[in-house]
Amino acid sequence: MHIDSIQNGLVLDHITAGKSMEIYRSLGLDELSCSVAIIKNVKSAKTGRKDILKIDADIELDLGVLGYLDPGITVNRIADGKIVEKKHLELPERVVNIIRCKNPRCITSVEPELDQVFELANRQTGEYRCLYCEEKHE
Amino acid sequence: MRHLIEITDLSVREIDEILDLAEDMIAQPGKYSEVCRGKQLATLFFEPSTRTRLSFESAMLSLGGSVLGFSSANSSSASKGESVSDTVRTVGCYADIIAMRHPKEGAPLVASMKSPIPIINAGDGGHHHPTQTLTDLLTIRREKGKLGGFTIGLCGDLKFGRTVHSLITALCRYEDINFVLISPQELQVPDYIKTDVLQKSGKSWREVETMSEVMPELDILYMTRVQRERFFNEADYIRLKDSYILDPEKLEPAKKDLCILHPLPRVTEISTKVDDDPRAAYFRQVRNGKFVRMALMSRLLEVL
Repeated sequence: MHIDSIQNGLVLDHITAGKSMEIYRSLGLDELSCSVAIIKNVKSAKTGRKDILKIDADIELDLGVLGYLDPGITVNRIADGKIVEKKHLELPERVVNIIRCKNPRCITSVEPELDQVFELANRQTGEYRCLYCEEKHE
Repeated sequence: MRHLIEITDLSVREIDEILDLAEDMIAQPGKYSEVCRGKQLATLFFEPSTRTRLSFESAMLSLGGSVLGFSSANSSSASKGESVSDTVRTVGCYADIIAMRHPKEGAPLVASMKSPIPIINAGDGGHHHPTQTLTDLLTIRREKGKLGGFTIGLCGDLKFGRTVHSLITALCRYEDINFVLISPQELQVPDYIKTDVLQKSGKSWREVETMSEVMPELDILYMTRVQRERFFNEADYIRLKDSYILDPEKLEPAKKDLCILHPLPRVTEISTKVDDDPRAAYFRQVRNGKFVRMALMSRLLEVL
């Protein structure tokens, strides 16, 4: 299968196989007017299979959201057909309004206008806890 | 401006300074009777807790200040749907410091993000209750002479008992303390307390099912309530409940200088026959709670 390379834009590489649609929706890529290629189940020497997203425009991405959704992703910025920047993502220290606290005893359960804030409690296990009630996000 | 939302908001040094001040207030109450003259404490109790509220109010009155507030959500604007943030911004226009009790976990933290005056968490659901922990620390220090060099048994509901979690967290920052966790399997300390607090601190700790098997080695026994509704079945409750009731018979093998604590209110877990034993420190603990709150408020108001 052949997909054109892009001249100026972003390539999200090493997406966990099967996660590209979730990332596409979470980053709001469906609202872009430029071309976006979703490539699924590409052979990968490292992981066996991976997904790739190619965005034909140099846009600003929320790397915190991306890092939370799939910390193994590499973000390549392309200018004039060449990689000018390569970013390896990691789990962000804090995520805001991406996940919701399910603890019925949490203050956020009765004050919906509060930001849903989670902080990274354990990088090894990827455990996040609610800022307010400290309940673990499952 | 400082708030107190959880006990770890204070460094060990700051805790020691508050305890020193509280001890001096106990020794010389007259010296401090005017230090909060003109200051107002607002007790915002979105759920009833008469004991804690009175302790705060008595503390502020003993410092020469005054108090205002409400003692249930029904008598506050929360019943009209007002947010915690708006309530504290409003009350911050009237008072100098707030003690807040709220049934929802994290409410005092939310309040502290918007409040123009210091917030003290007076209990948020089953989450934090830092002034109870300060009370426990002051009592242990007064009863044992220092915060360290002892074996403490924590007995009862260690799973849901927030005072136990906070006390373990606070004591793990001191040296030479052994923990014995006494509870039925169903009510053991949560895993995160074991891994993130006890193991990380390198303290010696173990779990047992009955207090009788460890009584002779304890220097401090911290009792909590075991509630019937916490058990999965009635048979287990009946089998185990007596193991967690302290009476004179169970105290027989205990050390002569054992210190018995309880955050109160007690129901049946300490027999009233124990009350006159000089080792029963739980009513002295209540008294200490007032003085430690006096010390804390003086510090947060920066009058001392």
